[in-house]
Amino acid sequence: MKLEMRDRPGQLVAALQPISAVGGNIIAVIHQREAPAATEALDVQIVLELPEGRLSRLLELLREQGVNVVRIDEERLLYECTLIMIGHLMHTDLSDTVGRIDTTGSAEVTELSLVMPAISSPSSARITIRSTTRTEMKKAIRILRSVAEQKNLLIIEPLEDA
Amino acid sequence: MRIAILGFGSVGRGIARAILAKNLDITVTGLADSRSGIIDPAGIDLAAALARKENGGPCGGPDVSPGDVVAKADYDVLVEVTPTNVDDGEPALGHIRGALRRQKHVVTSNKGPIALAYPELRALAETNGVFLKYEATVCGAIPLIHAMQEGLAGNTISRLYGVFNGTCNYILTRMAEDSLTYEQALAEARELGYAEADPTYDVEGIDAGIKLVILANTILDMQTTLDDVERTGITLLTPEALRLAEDQDCTIRLIGEIVPEAGVLRVSPRIVAKAHPLVVEGTLNAVTVETDLAGDLTFIGKGAGSTETASAVIGDLLYIRERHVQGS
Repeated sequence: MKLEMRDRPGQLVAALQPISAVGGNIIAVIHQREAPAATEALDVQIVLELPEGRLSRLLELLREQGVNVVRIDEERLLYECTLIMIGHLMHTDLSDTVGRIDTTGSAEVTELSLVMPAISSPSSARITIRSTTRTEMKKAIRILRSVAEQKNLLIIEPLEDA
Repeated sequence: MRIAILGFGSVGRGIARAILAKNLDITVTGLADSRSGIIDPAGIDLAAALARKENGGPCGGPDVSPGDVVAKADYDVLVEVTPTNVDDGEPALGHIRGALRRQKHVVTSNKGPIALAYPELRALAETNGVFLKYEATVCGAIPLIHAMQEGLAGNTISRLYGVFNGTCNYILTRMAEDSLTYEQALAEARELGYAEADPTYDVEGIDAGIKLVILANTILDMQTTLDDVERTGITLLTPEALRLAEDQDCTIRLIGEIVPEAGVLRVSPRIVAKAHPLVVEGTLNAVTVETDLAGDLTFIGKGAGSTETASAVIGDLLYIRERHVQGS
């Protein structure tokens, strides 16, 4: 996120303190002191990781500190899970299988490798799903499981939970 | 210590050979296979019985049945090592009950009776003041049950998972190593004697599922049956799937998993990083136990084989002798 604050001593601490208060983890702070503008404002960019559902509380705390949040970049998809599917993947409409996860809006298929040994033999695919939260990932895998049941596909999940 | 052995197949003969080879001070006073038996209070000549069996004959006379051995022989411990029947546990279940009622300790490698009737058998053993031990029912030579009951006593187990079936592990190892199809790898496992003529029990995950039920019911205080195990076998796996896993430094293993808190019992093929300690080769078994005090522990060893299974049975026998058998 990009923050704008008054160029006064203690302001940076005032901006960082709420992040630790909500259990966030600061990955990088880019502090642009030589900002060309003649205003007293100071731009700071912060890259951070936050536990789920804490963003609105953070914004509230920052406002209380008099820090103006200029911009929040898109949340990145943090959770990734790779599974393998075996079965008649093409005959059972692979794009529908992928689409059922993508249409959730909170998880998406980001990679797919497909091997089709012969027209009548079952094919195998490795599928990578990304999601914003662990809960969304579990939901996506549940969807995939139910699709697999309908379409008679075998899903091989990773040993570790997503 | 005097014992009676029911079952003189691979495990029973492995026990007999270990007794002969190791001077364990164990006398066998009763012995039966499915069609014959011997009772001799002075001690049976095991070498002669082994020789008869290896020449294709019965171990004893046709007039002595396993039931006679249970009811009439003079022993401290009944060693019940007949093949597993998962439907009703019989005839082993009846024999175990009979021995416990006679106030005889029981050591078994038979999964059926333990998976189906453990609470009843344990109560019967307690009422009669004797031990019921079954280390050999899960993961052959690995002293998993002993470790969990004794070494890890006081720990809370949050998850337990691993490779419980050597036949499936062999098939998956071969499919990954040489891109064999499932059918080719199964045929090879049969040739080497790792897989039965009817491999359903192994490859459909039934064997692994029964072992989960045994661990869940006897160690984790769960009350489960085979029907509670969510089960997927390995029959539909393709060499391509293994190659797709391989591309990411992973492989596929048939994993049995228990999460006591969530009531989950599950056997299914899973993607496992090749560097994971559970990725063992060939017919090995490997089990990871997650505990609160001891952290994670992984046990690896041979899950089958006559000598290896005999190791677990003899461990149980000597455990009982140390604690409960008076005299020799």
